[in-house]
Amino acid sequence: MNEAIHTADAADAARLIALGLRPKQLPARDLIYADLVRRYQQDPVFADLVEAVAAGLGLAVLAVTTRSGAVLAAMSDSLFEVKIDEYARRVNLRDRNVEKVLHGLIHLAVAALCFPRPDDLADDTYVGRVSVDQVDQVVREACRMLEEAAAAAEENPDPLHDAPTLEQVWRVYARRPSAAATKDGRLAADTTRGMITKALRFLTDQGFLHTAGDEGGGTFRTTPRYQVQVRELAAEQAFDELLALGVVAGGSPTGSLLRTATEDRDV
Amino acid sequence: MDSEGWASGRLAGSPGGDEALARRLKALACTAPLHDLDARKNRLDWADASVYQMAEIGLQAIDQVTIAMDFDHGASHDQVVTRLLPFIAAQAPDRSQNEHERVARWVLECLINVGSLDRGFRAVYGVFGADGGYLRRTFDFKLLVELVSPDGEVYLRTSDEAINVLVGALDTDVESAQIAAEVKLENLIKRGRLSDAQVAAEQARYRTVQYAEALRRKLEATRRDVRAVDWLNEVPDLIAEALAHIAARYKAENAILANITQARDEAEEPDRKRRAAHLVELVRDCIRRHTQLQARLQTAGQTFRTEQDRQQFAGTPQRATVDLFGQLLVPLLRLPAGQATVPTAVFFRAAAGTTQPTAVRLTSLVDMLLTPPRARDPLGEPVPEPELAPLPDPDRFSAQLWDHADELLELTDVPRRLSGLLAQARSIDSDLPHLVALRALHAVSPEIGVAVRQGDHALLVAVDDGTTLADPQFGGADLLVGVATLNNAPTASPAEPKPHPAEATPV
Repeated sequence: MNEAIHTADAADAARLIALGLRPKQLPARDLIYADLVRRYQQDPVFADLVEAVAAGLGLAVLAVTTRSGAVLAAMSDSLFEVKIDEYARRVNLRDRNVEKVLHGLIHLAVAALCFPRPDDLADDTYVGRVSVDQVDQVVREACRMLEEAAAAAEENPDPLHDAPTLEQVWRVYARRPSAAATKDGRLAADTTRGMITKALRFLTDQGFLHTAGDEGGGTFRTTPRYQVQVRELAAEQAFDELLALGVVAGGSPTGSLLRTATEDRDV
Repeated sequence: MDSEGWASGRLAGSPGGDEALARRLKALACTAPLHDLDARKNRLDWADASVYQMAEIGLQAIDQVTIAMDFDHGASHDQVVTRLLPFIAAQAPDRSQNEHERVARWVLECLINVGSLDRGFRAVYGVFGADGGYLRRTFDFKLLVELVSPDGEVYLRTSDEAINVLVGALDTDVESAQIAAEVKLENLIKRGRLSDAQVAAEQARYRTVQYAEALRRKLEATRRDVRAVDWLNEVPDLIAEALAHIAARYKAENAILANITQARDEAEEPDRKRRAAHLVELVRDCIRRHTQLQARLQTAGQTFRTEQDRQQFAGTPQRATVDLFGQLLVPLLRLPAGQATVPTAVFFRAAAGTTQPTAVRLTSLVDMLLTPPRARDPLGEPVPEPELAPLPDPDRFSAQLWDHADELLELTDVPRRLSGLLAQARSIDSDLPHLVALRALHAVSPEIGVAVRQGDHALLVAVDDGTTLADPQFGGADLLVGVATLNNAPTASPAEPKPHPAEATPV
């Protein structure tokens, strides 16, 4: 590195990271932020510095663009990590693991619904829309298809009594009611719709979604930050975990939610 | 299975024997919640519930929900409770309605199993594994399922298990069972056996509901997930089948309806007449359900086309990305719950973004801790009661004009022509003729009864005697305008007769 790094540069790098930690701050609304983003993009020394400072804090810089701002991700055991244990806080400790799986699964389903095709995830200008109804219905539909597949394979899907953790996730989800009437007319928190609403509100607070209306139990739009976060980090990491478990699913460029074009033509 | 080793064959997991056993155990388990109702009723502390036949009420509740189920709704809790009340009241007529309602809600909550996390029931049964070992499996089932309607209300539907408990052995091919029931119904009606016909008709209706439910699921899947459904063969075939089914049922049910209606009208015994009438209602309900189903089928194609339009415009992938649905979600759903913990947690951590840890500064903390709590009214600021006054009507005519008009129309016993009044009004103010003309028109056949009730003493009356009005501004009849005195207090002051009766016309 030829250029000397000044203290002021370090302060600027830290400021960019601090701005990136405020999810609702955007370069378009903040001149200093926009300047720092431009500097990151044009000055490789500064970019390196930002990344080094972030790494020291336990953060990874996923992207720095004018549309998304500085998108940061917390590395494991970082101070800035959102812990699923805290997110899925429940009194009943016995079901804690199942509860965590469901919450994580719902976050994945939200992402899958926001970006139904691989293309949508890759296209920077794509804005996804998602609603509580959609997420619940699509996951339930996937569960139903898995159930049909299990029935066709003549498997006995009933889990073993003394090994509840061997029960397949789709059964856990399908068994959980989608809604339940409560005395005060609010959404019951431990139903799937309650959990989806919680996830969508949480993501909105994190600056990943915008509320777009009330239809379908609440409709939301994605922000560029969310796309970057899912594309650059979450999907890759979860995919690697699945690979490590020996689960390999082939993908097609059009996505598995899509049918092939030749069949559509005649309809 | 060879005869000599049936016992060992069974232990080794002979599929036929084991499956039948498991099926029967599951069927038995489905009835357990109903038995539980009666077993637990004595423990209720808010009422002496021993007089109630809880299992019976439970079956009635499942019945009511099933009947109320149609294409996209079921029954709400309140509806079911209301429908249950007569049955409960019949069991204990001397108890209060409050208690009846409470019993209904209790039964309903028990059937949903409100206390459990999954709102369902669980039974353990044993099977023999492939290696002959004894395995305990859990069977999860629900009787009543809560769902959300598009407008956000929670409603109930019966599960397949509940329908099977309710009308046993319905787990057959819907189509063939339906035809058999219809043929049976027709025969029974022809032979005049109404009580059997009613049973058959009720069964036919349950099948109709089941059929609609099966179709609803397929259509719903189509609507939310166009790309996962085979629209080339499967769905069109399904729709064609369903439409053919509806057409056939229409014919059959209309024929039956004509038959029973005749039976109803010709019946002389009151009981037979009542049964026939009930049957007519039943079959009409079936026809209504078919109409609903048909309407749904007709819009299915359109839903597909709009969805396709919306979803087809996509370019080629620009970079390699993961297919979230196919490569992550579905494989994850297939994993055992124990194994899925890690991948879901990893995805969550990566997708949830960052949190801002709170850093405590001692000075702020001390300040914060020492600040006396602000006294807060739990109800908040009193809401000022807005004073809602109606906006005053914009006056077309000023008060002065009204005064002038009053003066003009203060007529004595002799009525005047409208033309004269208008001319005089015009001399006072250019706008006054309008008001006078309007008031004169208003006085044509006035509401005398109202005036009498209001206690008015005189009433402006205008009469058309055929003369045409000659006026630069107005046209029409030159009305005779006069004042009629009302004899409006015949009861209050009978001793004071008025010269004119209430029906007076201008002199």
